[in-house]
Amino acid sequence: MTGDVVIRAEALGKKYLVGHDVQRERYTTLREVITRKVRRLARMGANGFRATMGRGHEVEEFWALKEIDFEIKRGEVVGIIGRNGAGKSTLLKVLSRITEPSEGRVSIKGRVASLLEVGTGFHPELTGRENIYLNGAILGMARAEIRRKFDEIVAFAEVERFLDTPVKRYSSGMHVRLAFSVAAHLEPEILIVDEVLAVGDAAFQEKCIGKMNAVAKSDGRTVLFVSHNMSVVQHLCSRAALIRAGRITASGGTASIVATYLSDVRQESRVSLVDWADRNTTGEARITKLEVGDDAAGNRITFGQDFRFRIHATFKEPFADPSFGLMIHDTTGVPLANVHTVHQGMRLGKVDGNIVVDGVIPKLNLYPGRYFLSPWICNSTASRDVDFPRMCAELNIIPAPGPHGDLLLDPTWGKYFLASEWKLTQSH
Amino acid sequence: MINRLKQASPAVVDGPLALPDKPNGIHEHERVLVLEAGRAERHYWRDLWTYRELFAILAWRDLAVRYKQTAMGVAWALIRPILSMLVFTVLFNRVAKLPSVGHAPYSVMVFAGMLPWFLFSTILADASISLVNNSNLISKVYFPRLIVPSATILVALADFAITFALLILMMAWYRFFPDWRLIFMPFFLVLAILASLGPALYITALNVKYRDFRYIIPFILQFGLYVSPVGFSSTVVPQKWRLLYSLNPVVGVIDGFRWCLLRGESQFYWPGFFLSIAAVVVWLWLGIWYFRKTERTFADLL
Repeated sequence: MTGDVVIRAEALGKKYLVGHDVQRERYTTLREVITRKVRRLARMGANGFRATMGRGHEVEEFWALKEIDFEIKRGEVVGIIGRNGAGKSTLLKVLSRITEPSEGRVSIKGRVASLLEVGTGFHPELTGRENIYLNGAILGMARAEIRRKFDEIVAFAEVERFLDTPVKRYSSGMHVRLAFSVAAHLEPEILIVDEVLAVGDAAFQEKCIGKMNAVAKSDGRTVLFVSHNMSVVQHLCSRAALIRAGRITASGGTASIVATYLSDVRQESRVSLVDWADRNTTGEARITKLEVGDDAAGNRITFGQDFRFRIHATFKEPFADPSFGLMIHDTTGVPLANVHTVHQGMRLGKVDGNIVVDGVIPKLNLYPGRYFLSPWICNSTASRDVDFPRMCAELNIIPAPGPHGDLLLDPTWGKYFLASEWKLTQSH
Repeated sequence: MINRLKQASPAVVDGPLALPDKPNGIHEHERVLVLEAGRAERHYWRDLWTYRELFAILAWRDLAVRYKQTAMGVAWALIRPILSMLVFTVLFNRVAKLPSVGHAPYSVMVFAGMLPWFLFSTILADASISLVNNSNLISKVYFPRLIVPSATILVALADFAITFALLILMMAWYRFFPDWRLIFMPFFLVLAILASLGPALYITALNVKYRDFRYIIPFILQFGLYVSPVGFSSTVVPQKWRLLYSLNPVVGVIDGFRWCLLRGESQFYWPGFFLSIAAVVVWLWLGIWYFRKTERTFADLL
């Protein structure tokens, strides 16, 4: 064992008490406590001491984390992946000292900064400048440090002109850019990051990922990184751990862990997408189901055939000109194609309530293999996500009998079959 | 002073102390932070010191927001004491015919008592909701939680300064000025803060656990206003009850303020004063003890 371990968790566990009659509510009210006491007292009066032996208030233990063991060495960038509620956030909270473990221990060597949210503590009444200092201090930066990096932070966020405007007048994009920018300039020895890259528009996200990459690759920085975005995890992390139901079920090279995770996820939720957690949504509409291929065939279609799919969605209120689309990813999450109504020049008019959208991609020429699908709903120009459950369905393309057999369409040689024409000319 | 935050990283425990069983791989000479169930924070108070900058900035934020939002921030700090002073003067002096202390005008005496009372009640009211209001911080970032309720003291002090300026104006109007005893005011001011902090911390922690506790706080404050010698002088309390009355920590504080602001016209009742100080100390200890006991679970409750 090398001496370069900076974080070590030993038999770490975190327990929450879940009360049955309080329905998972975390705090209680005095009124509840008093009525409970009074009720119990009354029961005691009626039944003598028998009642005290009964169960007054049922409380159940819930282990958010259990028997977690791992070591992280200096300079490693480790991705932690798992479904919502698997315990990733609890783990990060324990590591960043926000909450205390219930059992086991963690030893941490070095200065830790945790970034569980962008813009923690931002106050709408304060100006951009004031919020930079406030947020920086909350994240553990010293004032001198913030002053030194101030210009850099402002430049990165692209908010120079609005420094003295209260943040409440910022657009949501500006708000998020400023918040991320402060966080990105932290320089701890150990950085703990929770799903903060999914902010801003696509261009800014790209910039954030670049910045995170620079932070991660810089000297001896250890980074723990939670994300739902598998391509970002693969891009940034050298190692990954998969958490399921509070336990680390697999760890190792990022690529194989990501693949395990993605196939896990799909099996668990084929039926309904209502509860699909990994999504960008404004709440205006929700994709409830994605049907792929013919009913009998499940999610399989034959190579070269028409690919039919059906999106079920519910709109909360009338929505003018939404656009619908479907993105196809490979098993590592990289998008391969994106088809949508805007490309086809369609305007769908006013939409409300439960709707069904049918789509077809004629003669899908993807090589045989597994793919993931993300259906989406956007505004009329497809520039703003309304609902985007990421990689929530699987597509299996099976080889067609005939000339394009299995052997000739090896997915390691490509993803698309492109029709091509050839002509041989012999020169003399 | 700020740079030290970087060097002395917060809450870092020295290696050999923290890891008596020397697990492999972790160098003993390096600082290692150990997180374990029920582990008392060894360096809690040092931690608090390293986070003093956060304390300052949170206090500054509350202050900036308070006086930025509207002119009402300042107006409120002016209107509240003036109205209360008028009501008390009319009620207790004109209607109930209670005496002032020595030659001091009744309204000045009321005002001198209101000064620490409003400090007390503002700290209690603001601190008690501070953790719930800052729950987004508590659940996302680590720092000693004691900072949040303590930071409300500064806002209360700003209001105090405004009320104090009013008192000076009033003294000028009555041509009744304090004498040398005024130099003791900082001492009583500190006492007033400590007297507020104890109950405030206790209630703050309770308020996290029982979210409806905040509905009781205005009632406590209303009740406290009438059982404390704000609208009247504590000399009107019958002698045999006086010692018992001093169990209220605010009594000693208000008497002290009156003594140093009203040229000693208000006699000092020493046994009562010491009892009040003892009450302050007990409350402070109780408040900090309960706060620290529950502090570790705050993030789980909010």
